Amino acid sequence: MDINLDICTHILTNFISEETKKVGFHNVIVGLSGGVDSALSTKLASIALGSNSVFAYILPYKLSKRENIDDAITFAKQLGINYEILDITPMADSYLSLNNIIDKVRVGNVLARIRMVILFDRSVQHEGLVLGTSNKTELLLGYGTWYGDMASSINPIGDLYKTQVWQLGEYLRIPVNILEKTPSADLWEGQTDESDIGYRYKEIDSLLFYMVDQRMNRDKLIKLGFKEDMIEKFKEMIRKSQFKRQLPVIAKISLRTIDKDFRYCRDWGY
Amino acid sequence: MKKIMLAQTSPILGELNKNFLKHLDDIDRGIEEKCDLIIFPELSLTGYCLRDLVYDVAINGEHEIIRKLIDKSHKISIVFGFVYLDEHGLVYNAGAYLENGVLSYLHKKVFLPDYTMFEEGRYFARGTTVNGIKTQMGDTTLLICEDALHISSAYAMFRRGVSTVIIISNSPARGVYKEQFYSKSMWETVTKFISMSLTSYVIFVNRTGVEEGITFWGGSHIFNPFGDKIIGLPMISESYKTIEIDINDTSRARINSPFYRESNNIVG
Repeated sequence: MDINLDICTHILTNFISEETKKVGFHNVIVGLSGGVDSALSTKLASIALGSNSVFAYILPYKLSKRENIDDAITFAKQLGINYEILDITPMADSYLSLNNIIDKVRVGNVLARIRMVILFDRSVQHEGLVLGTSNKTELLLGYGTWYGDMASSINPIGDLYKTQVWQLGEYLRIPVNILEKTPSADLWEGQTDESDIGYRYKEIDSLLFYMVDQRMNRDKLIKLGFKEDMIEKFKEMIRKSQFKRQLPVIAKISLRTIDKDFRYCRDWGY
Repeated sequence: MKKIMLAQTSPILGELNKNFLKHLDDIDRGIEEKCDLIIFPELSLTGYCLRDLVYDVAINGEHEIIRKLIDKSHKISIVFGFVYLDEHGLVYNAGAYLENGVLSYLHKKVFLPDYTMFEEGRYFARGTTVNGIKTQMGDTTLLICEDALHISSAYAMFRRGVSTVIIISNSPARGVYKEQFYSKSMWETVTKFISMSLTSYVIFVNRTGVEEGITFWGGSHIFNPFGDKIIGLPMISESYKTIEIDINDTSRARINSPFYRESNNIVG
C-alpha cells in the first residue's frame, strides 16, 4: 500500500491549485493543530498556491497541549504562511459551562464545531476555501466530528490512509517532531487515537487497505492473518459512520430530487 | 510523412461554447505549425463528469459548432470528442474524424464503463460497431477510451488491417502506488500490445485537468508499428506536441511481423 510519492505530490498540489482557482479563489484557510494531517495539507497547499495564499489558524482550547501549539507555530513560520492563534476557550466555555457539559464526546464535538465556525468565517474574510485535513482512515471509521473537523471545501488527503500521510509527510520534509508525534485529537490529557480505537494505525490501515481498496472478503482477510473480531469491529465502524460521508438524507417527493435524480458535479461550469 | 499534433487539453465542464472557442485556437495553432492532423481527447467539447449536463451539451451533426469544425477541416484533419444527439433523442459519447470539409467518420463509444467511479451507461446510449475509414493516415480506426481495452475491438481492427488506431481518452489517475501507477501502466501496456499485434500506429490522446477531485493524468503517447514509443506528453499538465510519422512504416513492420497476413483464418 505504499504510494508513489512523486506522482501523489504532483496530483495533490495540482488538485489544490485547480479546485481552488477555477472556482474563482486564490487562498485556502486551514486549521493547524500541530499534528501530521493538518501539517501535510498545509504543506501541499503552500506548494500549490504559494505561502502567501495559505491562512492557517491555530485554535487551542485550555486543555490543548502547549507542545502542539508550539509545533504548529514553528511549522507555520518555517513555511512562511500567514497564521494566527485564537484561543477558543472563552467561546467554548461560555456554552459548555453554561450547560454543564462534561461528556467527552460532546465536548470534543463542540470544540471541533467551534473551530469549523471560525475557519468558515475566516474563509469569507480571506476569500478562500477551507482546506480539509481528514485522512482516509478517519473518514472510513467515522473518527471525526460531522460538520466539525470533517467539514471542508476541498480535501487533498482524504484518499490517503494515516500511514500514507506519514509516508508523504516524510517525503515532503514535515518536521520530525510532528511526524513522530503520537496521533491524538488533543481533547484531554493522555488521549490518543490508537487508544480510542483500540488498534495501531499500522494494523488498521493494513486491514482497511485489503478490505476496502482490495475488496477482500472475510475468508481472505483471515487467511492474511487478521482476527475475526477485528474485521467485524471495523466493518461495523465503517457501516455505522456511512451517514457522515454523505449529504443528509432527503425525502423524495418530486420527479427530480437533489442528489438522487438532480445530479451535477461541484465543478459544473468550471 | 504526416505531421500530427496531440492536443492534451483540459476542457471546462459543461461549457460547450468556451471549449469550442479553445478548439478553434488550438486548430489554428495546428494549421500554423503545418500539421496534417490534430487530435483532441474524449469529450473534448464538454468535459467528462457531466451527469445531468449530458442533455444540455448534446448536439447533432447539423449543429453550428460541428459545421464550423467541419469547415476548418479543409486545412487540417481534426479528431475530437463530444456528446452526439441522434434523431431518436438518444445521446452518445462520440468521436468525430473530420477531413477535407467532411465528417468522415462518427464513432459512438461501444463499451461504456459503468463500474466503480464510472457511470457512462446511466447516461449514454451504446454504439454498436468498431469500424474505420480510409483517411490520409491510411486505414484508420477511432476508438474512445474503454473501447480500446476490449479484445473484441482489437479483433475488429485486426480484421480490417488498420494502419492507424486513434484512441481518445479521459483516463483518470487511480492506483498511484509505489510499485506501479495503475492507469499509466495499464494504458501503456494496452497501446503497446495493440501496436505490436496489429502492426499499426497507435495514437493515444488523454486529457488533463481535475473534475470533482478526479485528476486526468494526460500522458498522451504514440507507439509505432514496431511497438516503440515514439512520443510521450507530460503527465497531469496541459500540453501540445507535434510529431511526423511515416504511415508506410506499417508495411515495413509487417515484413518481420506478418500477423495481419494470417488474420482471416481463425473464425468466419
